[in-house]
Amino acid sequence: MASKFTRGLTPSQTVGPFFTTALTASGNNTFVSPVDNEVSGVGQKINLHGRVLDGNGDPISDALIEIWQADSQGNLTSSDFLGFARSDTSSNSESSYFFTTIKPGAVNKSDAPHISVIVTMRGLLTHVYTRLYFSDELEANQQDSVLNHVPENRRATLIARRAENKLVPSYHFDIHMQGENETVFFGGL
Amino acid sequence: MASIDSSQNPPFIFADYKSSLLRGPMQSPIDIVELYSRNSETKIGELLGSLSSRFAIGELDHDLTRNVCNEGEPLGERMIVSGRVLNQLGKPVPGVLIEVWQANASGRYVHKADQHEAPIDPNFIGVGRCISDRDGQYRFCTIKPGAYPWKNHPNAWRPQHIHFSLLGEAINSRLVTQMYFPGDPLLSLDPIFMAVPASARERLVSTFDLSISEAGFALGYHFDIVIAGGLSTPSEDDGGHG
Ligand SMILES: [Fe+3]
Repeated sequence: MASKFTRGLTPSQTVGPFFTTALTASGNNTFVSPVDNEVSGVGQKINLHGRVLDGNGDPISDALIEIWQADSQGNLTSSDFLGFARSDTSSNSESSYFFTTIKPGAVNKSDAPHISVIVTMRGLLTHVYTRLYFSDELEANQQDSVLNHVPENRRATLIARRAENKLVPSYHFDIHMQGENETVFFGGL
Repeated sequence: MASIDSSQNPPFIFADYKSSLLRGPMQSPIDIVELYSRNSETKIGELLGSLSSRFAIGELDHDLTRNVCNEGEPLGERMIVSGRVLNQLGKPVPGVLIEVWQANASGRYVHKADQHEAPIDPNFIGVGRCISDRDGQYRFCTIKPGAYPWKNHPNAWRPQHIHFSLLGEAINSRLVTQMYFPGDPLLSLDPIFMAVPASARERLVSTFDLSISEAGFALGYHFDIVIAGGLSTPSEDDGGHG
């Protein structure tokens, strides 16, 4: 494949500290982004939230998080569903991102439901990809080909934990850029 | 692999860029492209389909000199930046959401985190967007951004630049980058630019183009953008693979 490429990629650069004005709804009031932090569609409504932590374990307050997911039936492309949303970690004092979405269905029968996550921030020269799986999908997670490809001792970094006693199911998913619990990032998507 | 191709993209950790030290992952990304080829049921690229029709783009969104609807014209040198979005086969990519943001002519962003003591321009917020057309073309009218200081090292200045975000129909075509200007003496002093492998750096530098300029109105710069992804979709298979 690579030999057929006639054009080199435009290299990535950091998103820098000032992206919210352009990219997220929290950025400004005069020129609101067409992409917000909500995915709407048929299915189980859920909340997703978490923080992005640096190598010292400190929360990062200028990270951009994008989610990309299937609908509740596991379809990634469908004309009446936009499974893409953005949030950033600058809008509250906990430096949390926050999404409201619907629980995705499994794209392949043999795999587990998941949400693809793109993470970028000041200090990151090239964005990273990860995946969010659900703690209440234990059985499906055990079958998932991508999770099984990840070394067992790192799989927990990809599991969002469901909080108990919430009216709307709420999942917590921290992203560790470095350290003992460094989140697994993927290439070759 | 394209999205993290280290021969074309900067590394996660680049010593001269201070904030990369605690934020860049230390472990290598786990390559899952092999998994996709083994499991024919799994779609490569995680296609989202055509996004462009989903986003409401205003008529003036591409014109940063007019899109805030204030009393007057922004200060600074008017410029047009235009080019095509292409894939690695050199084919135009239509329907890509292109979002830009930048400092004003004085080197100041309209953002609460920007503490640079340079004036804000009431007629310029430095934010625009458009969607690449059927030939992959895009066009912005704006003000040439000023250089601005930052705290990475003593007397550090960012070269003049415009931030670009591209969102196409495949997840691995996502690109966040910056466009620079030809002949800027700050480029070789900038760790963010210099983190890019030397052979790929010039792809981030626009070229001055008199044919894009509008006589008596604005100078023109040309900037093509090459994104990964989308190569396995049926719509991309019509001839591109040769
Ligand atoms: Fe900047």
